[in-house]
Amino acid sequence: MAKRTKRGPLRAAKELELAEKKRARQNYVLRLYVAGMTPRSDEAIRHVKALCDKHLSGRCDLQVIDIYQQPTLAKGEQIIAAPTLIRKLPLPLRKIIGNMALEEKLLVGLDLRARKP
Amino acid sequence: MTHGDSRSKSLRDLRKCPTGIRGLDEVTNGGLPRGRPTLICGAAGCGKTLLGMEFIVRGIRDFNEPGIFMSFEENEKELTENVASLGFDLADLQKRNLLAIDHVRVERSEIQETGEYDLEGLFVRISCAKKQIGAKRIVLDSLESLFAGLPNENILRAELRRLFRWLKDQGLTAVITAEQGRQSLTRHGLEEYVSDCVISLDHRVVNQVATRRLRVIKYRGSAHGTSEYPTMIDESGLSILPLSALGLDYPVSSERVSSGIKRLDTMLGGKGYYKGSSILVSGTAGAGKSSMAAAFSDSVCSRGRRTLYLSFEEAPGQILRNMGSIGMDLGKHVRKGLLEFRSMRSTFHGLEQHLVSIHKLVTQFKPAALVMDPVTNLTSIGSTEEIKAMLTRIIDYLKNQGITALFTSLTPGGEAFEQSEVGISSLMDTWLLLRMIESASERNRVLYILKSRGMAHSNQMREFVLSDKGIQLVDVYTGTGGVYTGTARMNQIAADQARAAGAANEAARKKRLSAQEAASTRAQMEALRVKLAGLAQEAELGKLAEQGRLAALTQERQEMARARGVD
Repeated sequence: MAKRTKRGPLRAAKELELAEKKRARQNYVLRLYVAGMTPRSDEAIRHVKALCDKHLSGRCDLQVIDIYQQPTLAKGEQIIAAPTLIRKLPLPLRKIIGNMALEEKLLVGLDLRARKP
Repeated sequence: MTHGDSRSKSLRDLRKCPTGIRGLDEVTNGGLPRGRPTLICGAAGCGKTLLGMEFIVRGIRDFNEPGIFMSFEENEKELTENVASLGFDLADLQKRNLLAIDHVRVERSEIQETGEYDLEGLFVRISCAKKQIGAKRIVLDSLESLFAGLPNENILRAELRRLFRWLKDQGLTAVITAEQGRQSLTRHGLEEYVSDCVISLDHRVVNQVATRRLRVIKYRGSAHGTSEYPTMIDESGLSILPLSALGLDYPVSSERVSSGIKRLDTMLGGKGYYKGSSILVSGTAGAGKSSMAAAFSDSVCSRGRRTLYLSFEEAPGQILRNMGSIGMDLGKHVRKGLLEFRSMRSTFHGLEQHLVSIHKLVTQFKPAALVMDPVTNLTSIGSTEEIKAMLTRIIDYLKNQGITALFTSLTPGGEAFEQSEVGISSLMDTWLLLRMIESASERNRVLYILKSRGMAHSNQMREFVLSDKGIQLVDVYTGTGGVYTGTARMNQIAADQARAAGAANEAARKKRLSAQEAASTRAQMEALRVKLAGLAQEAELGKLAEQGRLAALTQERQEMARARGVD
């Protein structure tokens, strides 16, 4: 018990630092589910692509999936709303719904920016 | 039926989708509106999910209509386990491509909103499942989870409106469940969107006893029962009792059923009760009500018909033992499966639950006669009006089935017999009253028939004697100064006989005396008559003598004149 408390704070700080570095390098696996080629879908695709280029350049795996084409995926991925962006990696899973027009919220949703307290 | 016309008309106008749930189809006149959404609302734990699940599973089983169960709360595994006890094998139905279960998980913490969206994901999932199994029915249980999971209520409302419209276009008969709100039918006002049919489920506790009820609040384009119907959830699922939907147009039989007591049959126009009639046996404690019920059961079973005996006071074993003591072997009927005992404390269920369980027992056992002993015990779980309403329903149902029903009723001592019958006597066709008469330091039972519709029945009191040879009815002795029963009857008979014998002697003596008197009078009369005759004779003789004397006098005068030489 005593040992741990001694080493505790040091180690924790180190871990945090490591995690920060890791995240900066980490690959993002993103899936964007849209329902047909509607203006709204279009908008969402545009916004997500822009975000990937801007913040996740070179480490982003983005796929756009039309649930009309692959309806069984909608159930498997627990899609309710369209468009839905799912961050599969890094964990934990995140879901972002909407036309992705609000960049700030999108960044927060993807943990690319700290949530406001 | 007064609304028979409207009923047949509504069937023509609106196609129905039968649910297969016991009673619900009667209440809704054939089922839910086909191809339209129906809203089921109610508080937590009132059986909304169960109703939805039964709608789907029974639809598959009974009507060959595949269905989708879209759950927003429980997952597949939980749902499957929950209904396994009802004998629903969801996994099997899924394997056979008749059922699609879709668990929609909505987690507020996982979802971030960035701009506008729609619920197309939900639509896609439904239409995918529909295509896969060819679904005709769908349950959404419960859509309100979406309100918790999705932040933008405006979008949600617009999308739900679109969803219901779309379900209609798809021709799906939908059941949508929703939690009851404080002021409104549903917490989020879903009733605004689903307006074709709204059914409310209710689970309330009255006098510490829980009762379930179902009510059809609204059914556009169709006649429907409007009352609150008692509902029960048991091992075979949900059942609704449409009993008050029954009218007074049950079939009437002129067949007779023996009461099990020969002398009583004689009193009842010679043949006993009518088949399918309701009989009330009322009396004070220990007056022999249960014995009469047992005698009736025995008589029915002896003719090879089934009897259902519902006891609220005694265990079956105790009834068997007690009836054995008055020479009635009910055990043999039980062994043959003709007699079925159900003993339960009245407080065990609510009134509605009793009603439903009796209904169910009768449907399963199909008895020719039913005994409820005693109905007054129900007063501990309901008011007089409630009990009367319940019994009315039971009696209507039993009459429809042609089942003869005997109810016993305990009358508290010292009250007016005619008004303490939890208000049910008017429902009864035959009313027998058992009374204890106290006299000569004894309590004896007397029976009389207060009423018996449709037969010439005796107006006489009979003494009701329980012995090891069974039940006997004996003429009561109505001597001078009242009704005598028991040993008083015997004493009185003896005393009256002695008195009668004394009177007879007296009469004989009087007769003898008067005969003597008559004889002597006759003798006197004879003497007088003789005397009278003598007097008459004497008078005649006197008259002759007078005539002779007058004639002699005249002659003498003539002779004297001649001698004087009158000229």
